[in-house]
This record gives sequence, structure tokens and C-alpha cells, in this order.
Amino acid sequence: MATVIIPTPLRKFTNQTAKLEVSGGTVGEILEQITASYPDLKKHLIDPQGGLRSYVNIFAGDDDIRDLQKENTPVQSGTVLSIVPAIAGGI
Amino acid sequence: MSHSSISFTKEELARYNRHIIIPEFGEEAQLRLKAAKVLIIGSGGLGSPALLYLTAAGVGTIGIVDYDVVDDSNLQRQVIFDTREIGQPKVEAARRRLQALNPHVQFKIHNTHLNSSNALDIIREYDVVADGTDNFPTRYLVNDASVLLDKPNVYASIFQFDGQVSVFNYVNKNGERGPNYRDLYPTPPPPGLVPSCAEGGVLGVLPGIIGSLQALEVIKVITGVGEPLSGRFYSFDALNFESRTFRIKRREDNPVNGKNPTITELIDYEQFCGMRAVEEKPVKEITAKELYDWQVTGKKFKLIDVREPAEYRIVEIGGDLIPLNSVSENADLIPRDIDVVVHCKVGARSAKAIRELEEKFGYTNLYNLKGGILAYIDQVKPELTRY
Repeated sequence: MATVIIPTPLRKFTNQTAKLEVSGGTVGEILEQITASYPDLKKHLIDPQGGLRSYVNIFAGDDDIRDLQKENTPVQSGTVLSIVPAIAGGI
Repeated sequence: MSHSSISFTKEELARYNRHIIIPEFGEEAQLRLKAAKVLIIGSGGLGSPALLYLTAAGVGTIGIVDYDVVDDSNLQRQVIFDTREIGQPKVEAARRRLQALNPHVQFKIHNTHLNSSNALDIIREYDVVADGTDNFPTRYLVNDASVLLDKPNVYASIFQFDGQVSVFNYVNKNGERGPNYRDLYPTPPPPGLVPSCAEGGVLGVLPGIIGSLQALEVIKVITGVGEPLSGRFYSFDALNFESRTFRIKRREDNPVNGKNPTITELIDYEQFCGMRAVEEKPVKEITAKELYDWQVTGKKFKLIDVREPAEYRIVEIGGDLIPLNSVSENADLIPRDIDVVVHCKVGARSAKAIRELEEKFGYTNLYNLKGGILAYIDQVKPELTRY
């Protein structure tokens, strides 16, 4: 099981759940699982071509999955996947 | 940031003693601070602690960019301002407070909205930029201008309970340049997905924490002490008290400084982001004296008060109370066939209410009471209670 950390702006699509425990062999499989469980999450994570949206980053452990194998990045039990969207507040 | 000709007075040596006695910091780092010119963009939630700490720390020259005035809804987190300064330009209020804190610092204020036509001229004068603005167009503007001018950009951002910090476009001791905002987020979210703090709210202490981290990184970039947060990206979740520091890298397809740059000058960032950087568009106004004329001549109009019930109990001038956060749901109580005057304490919240009603419901008959109920009391009914 991997742990997926949902950021505050997207928690309204996961019934305010901050951490999801999901099984899957790759980042792509995990994303499919969570967007199947929480369909409203999908349009905020996945673009119409099926890729990860460019204003959302997913880190596997400390590394951006775009620097690994993107959606094919393997996920082990205990891997922490952090979803980190762009935010712009400051004042 | 040359400092060979800079020295300290006795007063400065005494003031900065607790820095100078740190072995890893010392007089050398303190001199670098004094030689440095830092531009703080936005003097709000992030800018408040960043400005206070950088001023206290003894940065030699600090520039402040902000076009806004102090509003009472700012004071829950913008600790640089106080209640007496409501309605005053932020850059001027900030400079007064900061100059009193440290008379050895030079301040340059830019009472303007940073945009593509002035950003390069303003940023060019400084060594380091700290971005604490509140919208995506300005984030991309500051990023691109910093890259084009070869300035490090200490980035911080907040939303509700989340904070982010990184140091962008930093060249390390080996001459290697770190990633920038476009490496992290190539494009902004579509308008409306991530609301601003004005709409989505923010816990007041969060910008205090994140803005202080921003000040820390500015000091490290200037002095060369420690390892700046370049090539790394810090994320803080205040709700669960969890923080993570991720590794980030430059990308070949970065349009500003990747392999084949397509952006070689500043672009229209509002168009790029599909949203306006400044939500404030002008609203129609009425002065307190004009409102009084309408009242005494028996003109048919409606007066709406968008303050909070507790303020209404202190003093009111006959308006119907519809607090700002409930104007949309009560829009059916606001007529379209007669003129409507909207007021709050000093005029900022009522302007927001008018913009919201105009944008969502297409109102065209709304007037903002200039200066709010305080102006009305001053100019028309001085016997009423000021607060």
C-alpha cells in the first residue's frame, strides 16, 4: 500500500480526507484508483489527453515523478506520493 | 553585492551584535546584508514578516512594491500594519513602521501594480527578489523578469493551510543555476480552480511562518551562509503539521531559460493565465455629501451596509445589513430598478461587494460610498460614534 497525500485545495474532492492508502504497482495505477474512487478529482489531476496536469506535481518520496519514469514510476509498499498543486496566495 | 567600501558605526555594531557573534555568520555576513538591495513584492501576509525580519536583520536597501491600501480584513495576518492605518497606502504605512524599527536601512517604495511594462525597470535595481504576491499572473511575471535579469527569486506562497517555499534562479558557488518557477509549474491552473486568499481564506499565522522562512532564505542567498533552498521545494501543511522538502530540477523545455527559449521578453501574463492580476476594477462612487443630498431630497434609492453585525451595532446610517460574505446569497434583496448605495467602514469591502454583484449578477446600478461610514460621519453627522 502506498500513501497518497492530498493537498488542502483538493480535499473537497476526497471528503476532506488528507491521506489515502492505495494499492498499485505504478504511479499511474494509483492515480487510476484514486480517480475511480473520487471521480471529481480526475479533472484536476489529469488533462484531456490523459497526462498529468502541468500545474500539479506528484512527488514519489522526495522526487518529482517527471524526473523518474512519470506515470510508470514504480511504487513500493510504503511509498509516499505527494500531490502538490500550484498555489499563489501571499497577501 | 560588493561591500569593500562599507563599514559599521558603533550603533550598528551594537545592534547587530547577536548576528556578529555567531561564528558561521560574523561581521562578514552582516556587511553583505548591509551591501544588499532586496525587493519585496507585496507587503501583505508574506511581506509583513519578511519585511520586519529583513529590516531588523539590517539589509541595507529594501524596496517594497504594493499598490493597495490597508483594509481592516488585512489585520488578521498583515502584522506590519495597525488599526489606525486602515485606508492608507500600504507602502507608506510599511515604511513608517520599518524605518522606526531600523533607521539604518534605506527604503524605496513603489506604490504601483507590478506589470510587464514596469517590472524590469523596478527589479533591475535590486540584487534579490522576494515574491509574496497573491495571483498567478504576477507569479509568472516576477519569475520571468528575475530570470531575464539574472536575479535570484525567493518564492513563497500560501493557501488556507498550505505553504510553499523555494529559491529560484539561484547560481551556486560552482556556477550552476537552479530551477525556476516554470520548471516547477510550467503553466498555471485554469481560472477559478484555486481561489485567492480573499475568496478561499488563509489562517493568519500561516503567512507569518512561511514569510519568515522566506526572510531566512533571502538572508542565506545574500550572505552565502548555509545552503539556500535552490533545487529544492518546501511544502508545509499546517493542518496536519507535516512538512516535506522535495527535489526539483531544471527542464529542457522551460520557455524562458531551457534549451530553446521562446520567451525573451516579458509577455502579457494576464492573458497567459486567463485571469486578471488585479481584481480591483473601478466601481462607481458617491461621496458622503452626495449621499446626504439623496437622503434629504427624498430621492428613491436603497442603502446597503456590508459590514459585520457587531459593527452595525456600534453605528449605522439606515442601511440594510447584508455582510460582505453573504451578498451573493442575498442578491435578491438588492433592487435593480433604483440606484443602490453600498457602504462599509472605509469603502474597501463595499467595493468588493459591488464587484461581486456586478460580475455574478450583472448589476449596473450600484454606487460605492467613498470613504465608507467614517467619511459620512466626518462630513455629514459628526455626532455619530466613530470606531
